[in-house]
Amino acid sequence: MFNTSDVLETINMIEREHLDIRTVTMGISLLPCMAGTAEKTAENVYEEVCRRAGDIVKVTKDLSLEYGIPIVNKRVSVTPVSIICAPFAEKSYLIGKALDRAAKNLGIDFLGGYSALVHKGMAEYEKKFISTIPQTLAETERLCSSVNVGSSKTGINMDAVRVMGETIKKTAELTSANGGYGCAKLVVFCNAVEDNPFMAGAFHGIGESGTVINVGVSGPGVVQHAIESMPSANLTELAETIKRTAFKITRAGQLIAAEAAKRLGAEFGIVDLSLAPTPARGDSVAQILEEMGLETVGTHGTTACLAMLNDAVKKGGVMASSKVGGLSGAFIPVSEDAGMIDAAEKGVLCIDKLEAMTSVCSVGIDMVAVPGDTSADTISAIIADEAAIGMINNKTTAVRIIPAPGKKVGDSVNFGGLLGRAPIMPVHNQSASKFISRGGLIPAPIHSNKN
Amino acid sequence: MRAVVTVVGKDRTGIIAKVSAFLAEKKVNILDISQTILQDYFAMIMLVDLSSCSVKLSDLADDCAELGREIGMSIHVQHEEIFNAMHSV
Repeated sequence: MFNTSDVLETINMIEREHLDIRTVTMGISLLPCMAGTAEKTAENVYEEVCRRAGDIVKVTKDLSLEYGIPIVNKRVSVTPVSIICAPFAEKSYLIGKALDRAAKNLGIDFLGGYSALVHKGMAEYEKKFISTIPQTLAETERLCSSVNVGSSKTGINMDAVRVMGETIKKTAELTSANGGYGCAKLVVFCNAVEDNPFMAGAFHGIGESGTVINVGVSGPGVVQHAIESMPSANLTELAETIKRTAFKITRAGQLIAAEAAKRLGAEFGIVDLSLAPTPARGDSVAQILEEMGLETVGTHGTTACLAMLNDAVKKGGVMASSKVGGLSGAFIPVSEDAGMIDAAEKGVLCIDKLEAMTSVCSVGIDMVAVPGDTSADTISAIIADEAAIGMINNKTTAVRIIPAPGKKVGDSVNFGGLLGRAPIMPVHNQSASKFISRGGLIPAPIHSNKN
Repeated sequence: MRAVVTVVGKDRTGIIAKVSAFLAEKKVNILDISQTILQDYFAMIMLVDLSSCSVKLSDLADDCAELGREIGMSIHVQHEEIFNAMHSV
């Protein structure tokens, strides 16, 4: 028989502290869909995704009721579209639209994989593919896109970094009626992972098997509550408590992942050991850091608190799951976290501090809105900085930035739902144009030569 | 398949009677019960066997939540594995 306090603890975590399974994401290989024309490939892609993921909404709903734990998002990630569209890259948008239709048909909120991997070089077909991203994101609703521009093994492709600054600007312009919403669905990575269940950066890597289930767990509220209950504990004690809490959260994720994979006829991929906030109060990573003893997140000490939190979450989670992967770490998306929004509006949290924070957590400058007149080169330079942190530290970093059209510092842009509200944060006005225009490859660091 | 039924709320007479009668109606077999009063709050945990149950676990969870609303208690029915997973190594 179960211990009463254990049972009540689980129920409390779910009912009061926002414990949930953040996403069950099915990764689907599109390689079998490749055909002689873009039109036929698009048709195959639509059918394959609808067939493989046909039951995802029903199965996750049943699991959620049976285990009594909410499963917030049901998603699909696919093979990077630039690969399957290589012979007809200029028509890649047809596949993008087919994927968007499939997402709507399945009743899922996002589908990721309108992606390209150009971390060492960009072939002609990849350039053409990337040029279709802004228009495709503007004309679709649920499709997400990502581009990998660097890695610890290859260095940083600065030509791709330049192109992505321009691509983000163009995407913002084409979706200006919605505050530049298209940019919330576009991520630029360094060291992108192939099994990430989280949007907007999820894609199904070519090293993956045919159909897999990857799960992202969440529970910032649970961790915050655990810390709240020990106001005079020292940091060693706090780290232990965070580890134990992360273990419990991750075990729930592992259970759901294994069961979902079984029922959906897919392989169990990984559990992503994550702390993913939502805009709801009490579901915030910033509030955990403040509970640890900071007046406002972004002040001195923030990086140290976050480093400890991130490490403790991983240590607790890694024993709880048989397969760990994805991005695994605490996320700090500004618009999706009530505490981050408050700190940014007070001017305490700035981009420079966020950049420092990303060197110790997952994943990067995420859901940050900047003034609409920010230049493409400045955005490229922000991407280059993040990619450099990722490349040197052997970690994934990313930039999901929204140059909100017509907005300036002091304004904010509201995307609604899980994407939240982004206060416009200031950027430095001094130019990096000459650096960005040089192009070429920043060579891989010396420690990449491990053979 | 086994599940855990949790009933939490303000203590009053007849809670166990109501819940167990409802479960019997659905052919749910009660294997174990523990009940405590935590600061005036009634907390009952039952381990139940669903092998002869007339409805699916997901439907039973829905029906019990509804019963809970009727009698002013919070009632959850969850697959036992969620507690095994989270609280044992």
